[in-house]
Amino acid sequence: MSPSIHAVDLTKRFNSFTALDHLNLQVEGAKCVGFLGPNGAGKTTTLKMFTDLIFPTEGESFINGVSVQKDRKRALSVCGDLIETPEIYPSLTPREALEMSGALRGMRPEEIRSRTTTVLEEVKMGDWAGQKVGRFSKGMKQRVNLAAALLSDPEVVILDEPSTGLDPRGMAEVRAIVKGLKKENRLIFMSSHILSEVVDVCDEVALLDRGKLLFYDTLANVSQRLGTGSRTVEAEFASPVEDDALRASLSGLSQVVGWSRSSDRRITVELRGDLGGQATVVQRLASLPSGLVSFHQSRSALEEVYLREISVGDA
Amino acid sequence: MSGSSAGPIPASTPAPDGAIGRVPDTVGQALILSRYQLRDYLRSRRFLLMIAIVVALGAILTLVIAHFRPSGLLSSPNNFYGGIWGGGAAFLILFAGIIFGGDAIAGEFQNKTGYFLMGLPLRRVTVYAGKYLAVLLASIVSILLYLVVVLANGVAYFGWSAFSDPGQLLASFALALLYLLALMGFVFLFSSLFKTSLYAVLVVAVLFLIGFSILQSVIVSLTATEPWYLLSYVSGVISYPLTGVPEHVAHVRAAGVLATVYSPTYAEGIGVMLGYFFLTTIGGLFLFEREEFT
Repeated sequence: MSPSIHAVDLTKRFNSFTALDHLNLQVEGAKCVGFLGPNGAGKTTTLKMFTDLIFPTEGESFINGVSVQKDRKRALSVCGDLIETPEIYPSLTPREALEMSGALRGMRPEEIRSRTTTVLEEVKMGDWAGQKVGRFSKGMKQRVNLAAALLSDPEVVILDEPSTGLDPRGMAEVRAIVKGLKKENRLIFMSSHILSEVVDVCDEVALLDRGKLLFYDTLANVSQRLGTGSRTVEAEFASPVEDDALRASLSGLSQVVGWSRSSDRRITVELRGDLGGQATVVQRLASLPSGLVSFHQSRSALEEVYLREISVGDA
Repeated sequence: MSGSSAGPIPASTPAPDGAIGRVPDTVGQALILSRYQLRDYLRSRRFLLMIAIVVALGAILTLVIAHFRPSGLLSSPNNFYGGIWGGGAAFLILFAGIIFGGDAIAGEFQNKTGYFLMGLPLRRVTVYAGKYLAVLLASIVSILLYLVVVLANGVAYFGWSAFSDPGQLLASFALALLYLLALMGFVFLFSSLFKTSLYAVLVVAVLFLIGFSILQSVIVSLTATEPWYLLSYVSGVISYPLTGVPEHVAHVRAAGVLATVYSPTYAEGIGVMLGYFFLTTIGGLFLFEREEFT
């Protein structure tokens, strides 16, 4: 049986505020799904109902077909999760905290020992395994929490913005860890508002806004079906570049949808078409006397879709 | 929109036993949790604070008795233990309950440790029971330390005859444990009621240190009825095995005024403490089961 999570009419209201509105979402199979949405969209609320931290006003959530609300122990037995930034009892060491977690999951002592060493090394906390957690920074605690989520080698991994509280290096490391988690028979469901993280790690995305699911599809389909077909690139010059020179340089190129200036040395160009067309634009800009020093894509296709879908919601 | 639809989706087929098969039962998990929770308590500053309170109380009693040598207290081992064990134990049990139990449940929300625990495959009753057991054991360690101080004093004054009637002291210790259970139920109820540890600690401390005493005086003076339902009142039975059972209702004339003094019976004491234990523990669990980690 392949791992799955399933929300059936999942709804959460806090008094008159509807945080999640009849979410119906079924994710099945070994894959990594990015759960996207702006702040307040209902991402964490959804994940908390999948882990029984809060209770649905209506509907139900399932992990591997088991209702979290009716049998949380059974449902969560196949799941490793990291919701918000949990705290560990401060006098315990990471090794002890993971021992407790493993023992509560029913792992054998030798299995706990070997997995603890493996996952703490994986999150780069091996050297701190014997130190009290109370002395750790937020980022270090988050690494230990991630290790605890992975300890039992779970079939379903639910992560709520796992790189929260980490420095840029830590974020990159977490991204690499999550990528490494993708394996046969494991479903990773990860909320994030860092789009580059989702593009880098996930196979599919679900976009939530104001408690409603806007779409759930593969990254490729999202870009093809929902994207405008255009992409945005940024070009930077060594010295100020004249408008007239730019206009002359880019005129007649059908792949250029439009351009705008960010500063006297920087411009943003919206392009469509294939990479061959993009190469021509680079050649034209490089021939300008101001000296082209960089040319890079500023937004991913997912970012374009995200911004468009969320702004549609705002309207 | 693959994988989602406008209407309700039928629930998936339930998974086979798989990982659940090896997860310990509720009692097993509660014992595991209590072991690690107790380890956390024993290494914490609050445990050092509790030990400091026990040592301070023991030192004061030792010095006062050594200096004044009260003849009534030193007339027999049971009188001695009845004088310094019963009251001291009730006082320390209150402190232990507040120090260890005040934030036991509220802290899971306030400190976010609940996010670590509740993501695991365990029931809330497991967390409640595990923490209850850990607080109970940490408190017992503190009370036992006080008992050692009391016994050491007993040996100093009575030699080995200090242990001539251990049954009475054991019975008193058992009643102290019953009081501890009841008080912890009460503390856990308030700890489950609030998501802020400070509120839970303050409410219990104010009720037991001030509130119940005032209530007891007011009830007795205004209604001339026995306040048998107050936990602080019935805790008086802790000393009975050592001091003997006083008259249930006594009329005492002091400064020309006739006053009625009530003392709980064994039945009242044990019954009320058991009642508090069961009702407040169930009430606290009921609240914790419904509290959300928002």
